[in-house]
Amino acid sequence: MSGLRQTFLATAALILAALAFLAAGCGSTNKSSSGTTTATSSSCSNKNDLNLHTAGQLTIGTDNPAFPPWFGGTPHKPWQVSDPNSGEGYESAVAYAVAKKLGFAKNEVKWVHVPFSNSYAPGPKAFDFDINQISFTPARAKVVDFSDSYYDVNQSVVVNKGTPIASVTTVAGLKPYDLGAQLGTTSYQFIQDTIKPSKKPSVFPSNTGAVTALKNKQIDGLVVDLPTAFYVTAVQVPNGKVLGQFPAEPGGEHFGMVFEKGNSLRDCVNKALDTLRSDGTLKQLQQQWLAKATGAPILK
Amino acid sequence: MASEGDRRADPEVERRSRLLGGLHFEREGAKGVAIALLSTAVFLTVVIVAVTQSAGWPEVKRTFFDWGDISSSFPDIARAFVLNVKIFLVCEVFILLLALVIAVLRSLPGPVFFPLRALAILYSDLARGVPTILVIALLGFGAPALQLTGVPRSRVFWAGVGLILIYSGYVAEVYRAGIESVHPSQEAAARSLGLSRFQALRRVILPQAIRRVIPPLLNDFIGLQKDTALVYTLGVVDAFGQASIDSAATFTYGAYLAAAVLFVAITIPLARFTDWLVARDRRRRQATGVVT
Repeated sequence: MSGLRQTFLATAALILAALAFLAAGCGSTNKSSSGTTTATSSSCSNKNDLNLHTAGQLTIGTDNPAFPPWFGGTPHKPWQVSDPNSGEGYESAVAYAVAKKLGFAKNEVKWVHVPFSNSYAPGPKAFDFDINQISFTPARAKVVDFSDSYYDVNQSVVVNKGTPIASVTTVAGLKPYDLGAQLGTTSYQFIQDTIKPSKKPSVFPSNTGAVTALKNKQIDGLVVDLPTAFYVTAVQVPNGKVLGQFPAEPGGEHFGMVFEKGNSLRDCVNKALDTLRSDGTLKQLQQQWLAKATGAPILK
Repeated sequence: MASEGDRRADPEVERRSRLLGGLHFEREGAKGVAIALLSTAVFLTVVIVAVTQSAGWPEVKRTFFDWGDISSSFPDIARAFVLNVKIFLVCEVFILLLALVIAVLRSLPGPVFFPLRALAILYSDLARGVPTILVIALLGFGAPALQLTGVPRSRVFWAGVGLILIYSGYVAEVYRAGIESVHPSQEAAARSLGLSRFQALRRVILPQAIRRVIPPLLNDFIGLQKDTALVYTLGVVDAFGQASIDSAATFTYGAYLAAAVLFVAITIPLARFTDWLVARDRRRRQATGVVT
């Protein structure tokens, strides 16, 4: 008989556990779905009307380390290599320019560390927007919202001086080599779709791994966006050179800021970007921070 | 821990080891089965309802459980999974050998062998204490950076070496447990029959020891199968690496699910096989009445 009682008790316990779980699920239903309202044109002018992660401040995400030329300044506290708070570097400068247009003072901008793979995790985001050289693609735009372009990007390839690949001048000439890209970049897609190499390309979860492999000659060429390529050759791989950039794709590739799907703030940021584009600010910031990133030969 | 009596067939243990053993067929009969089924049904229903009714479910469903994502990424991931299987099979052979050497070194008696014993202990401690991901990064990126002639640059090679070094530490401990579980009288008996120390080890101790530790050995290999995914940290595109690529391309996680299916498809049969081996071993000992 005791066995039977045990079974009853166990059943009761299971049902209780399940009910508790259900209650927890219901709890989350109640506090759901803030910020699905669409922005009206007037709400962008007053920062108190914006749909923000934390009221009164603009919370911006990017990865750590934050690499030049996208970020600059001397690193402080959690930030490595450079500091997004500095306002230096292209992405930091654009972020502060957008913040200013939205009515935020410099000290009302808060940067948070968001690893790339967290930027698109489902559920509420830890940031208002994430700015981290993330390329727009239609597939990604199904999951998150992208701002309009703040930088139209070209892919390029970095190699070691004096290696066989260093004398290649055409896209087709790259086929027989071991190529690598960083995970999450469209550089990988570019290798697969445009270069179509004969060996399977390597894909590194971090910039550090990709750069180390190039330095060790474990790969022949690293495909990255052009501004990053210049940073890699200037600082990370002293024996490296930018072999060339690839001809711009029809339609082009661009970086966009990432928002939680349906966040009305996106419309306000797009408006700010429109203004910054038409008044020449974006162009001026590109010249200031990415000027070096224009003079690479085009691979045919 | 495993005294001689533990391994004698124990009907209670045997019954509990079966999935349906908890149903108490003999004592409660149909009533017990009905209660179990009802409780399971209620539990599953409540969990499913709770999950699917939650506010974030549509988003979670779209990012994790989109059938289109899972099925479209599956072929590429399956192709990349071949690399995981290769790494696993090759490493397993070396681990079994290296770990056996370490375990034997560690069980050598007498003061003369102290340095070897100490080395073996140090090795096991280090191998089990250092994060695998660090060892793989150190070997995969560090060893080729030395630029020594003759040192391979292949990242798969070094990842394999890393896995072998780490897992040998674990497996050596498993072997040692087996060796120590063989009663000293066994060795004494073997030596008294005129066998040398080595012969006693090879013919008497190890056969008994290894048979006893097959389940924990296979358990470590299930772990090894999953850890082959760490090659992805070196930029080698294995099943996990391919899943990461697909995930990053679409900003969804369905590809990881496809990779998980492949890993599970290998590990679950291995786990069942382990159980079957244990059961067979127990049956045989019961049948012959020999308690080893």
